[in-house]
Amino acid sequence: MSHRHDVRRYRGLGPFAALFFLWLYLPIAVVIFYSFNENRLVSVWSGFSLKWYAAAFNNDALMNAVRTSLIVAVIATTCATIIALMAALVLIRAEGVRFRRISETIVNLPLVLPEIVLAVAVLILFSQIGLANGFLKLAIAHTTFCTPFAFLPIRARLQGMETDFEDASADLYASSWTTFRRVTLPLIAPGVFAGAMLAFVISMDDFITSNMLNSGGATTLPVYIFGLIRQGTTPELNAISTLIILVSLGVAALALFIQSRGGSMTDG
Amino acid sequence: MREFRIWGLLPAQILMVATLIVPVLIIVAVSFATRGPYGGFDFVPTTAAYRQILFTEGWSGEVEFNPQYLIIIARTVLLATLTTLICMVLAFPVAYWITLQKRTARTILLVAVTLPFWVSMIVRVYAWLIILGNDGVIEKTLRLTGITDDIGSLLFNNRAMLVGMVYSYIPLMILPVFASIEKLDPALIEASHDLHASRAVTLRRVILPLCWPGLAAGAILVFVPSLGAVLEPILLGGGKIMMMGNLIQMQFGGARNWPFGAAVAIMLMCVVMAFLLFNGLRAMRKAVGEMA
Repeated sequence: MSHRHDVRRYRGLGPFAALFFLWLYLPIAVVIFYSFNENRLVSVWSGFSLKWYAAAFNNDALMNAVRTSLIVAVIATTCATIIALMAALVLIRAEGVRFRRISETIVNLPLVLPEIVLAVAVLILFSQIGLANGFLKLAIAHTTFCTPFAFLPIRARLQGMETDFEDASADLYASSWTTFRRVTLPLIAPGVFAGAMLAFVISMDDFITSNMLNSGGATTLPVYIFGLIRQGTTPELNAISTLIILVSLGVAALALFIQSRGGSMTDG
Repeated sequence: MREFRIWGLLPAQILMVATLIVPVLIIVAVSFATRGPYGGFDFVPTTAAYRQILFTEGWSGEVEFNPQYLIIIARTVLLATLTTLICMVLAFPVAYWITLQKRTARTILLVAVTLPFWVSMIVRVYAWLIILGNDGVIEKTLRLTGITDDIGSLLFNNRAMLVGMVYSYIPLMILPVFASIEKLDPALIEASHDLHASRAVTLRRVILPLCWPGLAAGAILVFVPSLGAVLEPILLGGGKIMMMGNLIQMQFGGARNWPFGAAVAIMLMCVVMAFLLFNGLRAMRKAVGEMA
C-alpha cells in the first residue's frame, strides 16, 4: 500500500510534528548558544567566549549548591527506592493483603497532590516537631515525593513477570531471602534501576519543596539558580544551565541505554 | 511468594502517613488558627483566613467584599485548564504521527519527546525568560525581519505563563496519548473508510473516542501540576500576576501569614479533588456503559 492511500495518514501531520520538535528544542538551543556570549548582557551577542564557564566553575556558592543537591538526591533516591521496592513486592506478590487498592493509593499519594501542598505540609510538620537540620528536612521531604516515582517502574516490572523462576527456586529449598537476592532482584533490576534514576532526577530537579524548606545552609541547585535569575539574567546562568542540560541528557541517555539492554536480556 | 509479609508495606505507609497525611490534617487545623505576630500561628480557632479570601477589612474595621483572591483562584483554574487543552491539541497529532513511523524511528522519536523533560524545570523556564524577554530572540527576529517594531512586552503576562506551562508539562501528555494510539487497531480505521466515512468523521467517531483513556490520563498528569505551578507565575508572570501556587508560597515566605496560606492550600486541594472525582466518575460511567 503506498503512503498516499494509507487511510491512517492525515495531511499536514509531518510538518506539524516537525514544527513541534523545533519548538521543543529551540529554547534549549538558545540557552546553549548564548552561554558562549562574551557580553555581560545575555541577548546582546558580542563575540565567542568561554569565560562564563570559567566563572561558573570558580563560583563556590554554586559548587556548594551542587554538593547539597547531590547529597540530598543520593540519600532520597536510596531511601525511596528501598521503600518502593519493599512496597511493590508486597502489593504485587504477597497473598492475602487486605486493602491492596487503598495501600497502593497511599504510596502514590504525592502524585495526585500539587507539590506546593506537600511543601506546605512538610514545612508545618518540621516547624511543629522542631526539626532544624536543613539536610535532614530536605532528605525526608525528597524521599516522600520520590517514592512513587521509584515505585511505578518497579511495579510495572514485577507485574509483567511470571513467578516460575521464584517458584523453582523455592522448590529447590532456597530460603526466601536467597530467592529474592539470587532470582527476583536480578530479574527486576532494570525496573529498580529505572525507578532509582527517575527518583534521582526528580530530586535533583525539585524547586518548590526545596525552596520552601530553604534554610540553614541547605540551598539546593535549583533554589540557587532561582536566586541568580531573580538578580537578573547573565551568560553565567546560561553556562550553568548548559552544564546542567549536558549532565541531564547524559544521565537520561545512560538510563535509557541500561534499560533497553536490561529489557532485551530478559526478552531474549 | 507468600514470604513477602505485610511488614514490607510499613515503611512506605509510615512515610506517607507521617509526612503527608498527618501534615495535611495539620494544614486544615492551621487554616482555622490565628496568625502569629512573626509568622507561624497560635491555636486560637477562627475563620479569619477563609474570610480573608473573600473580604478585606478596612483600617477603620469595615468589612468589604474583595474579589482579588477569587480572581487568582479563577485565573489558576483557567490557566491550568487551558494548559491541559493546549497540551491535548498539540500532543495528539504529534503522538499520532509518531505511531505511523517505523519501529526504530518511533523509538528514537519517543526518546526525543521525553529528553527535554529530563532537563531541569528551572532551566526550561529560564530558557523562555530569555526568548520572551526584552531584546530576546522573538523581539529581535520580529525587528530584523521588519514585521513590527513595537510588540510590547512578551513577558509578565498570562500568555507568557501559559507558554511556559505548556512547554513544561507537554511530555506528560504525549506519553499516555501515544500509548493509547499505539493500541488502536488499524483495522477499525480501515473498516470506517470501507463504510464510506471521511477522514474527519473517522477521526471524530473512531480514533478520538478510542484514544480517550490516554487523553484523560494525560489530562490528570498535566492538570494537577499546572494548578500548583509556582515557577512559571513567579518568573514568567513576574510575580505580579499571581496563581494559587505563588500566592501560597508568599504566605509562608515574605507575607508570613500561615493560616491564610494554609486556607489557600486547602482550596487548591479541593479543586484537585473535584477534578479527580469528576474524571473518575466519567471513567466509571464509561465502564458501566460498556458493560451494559
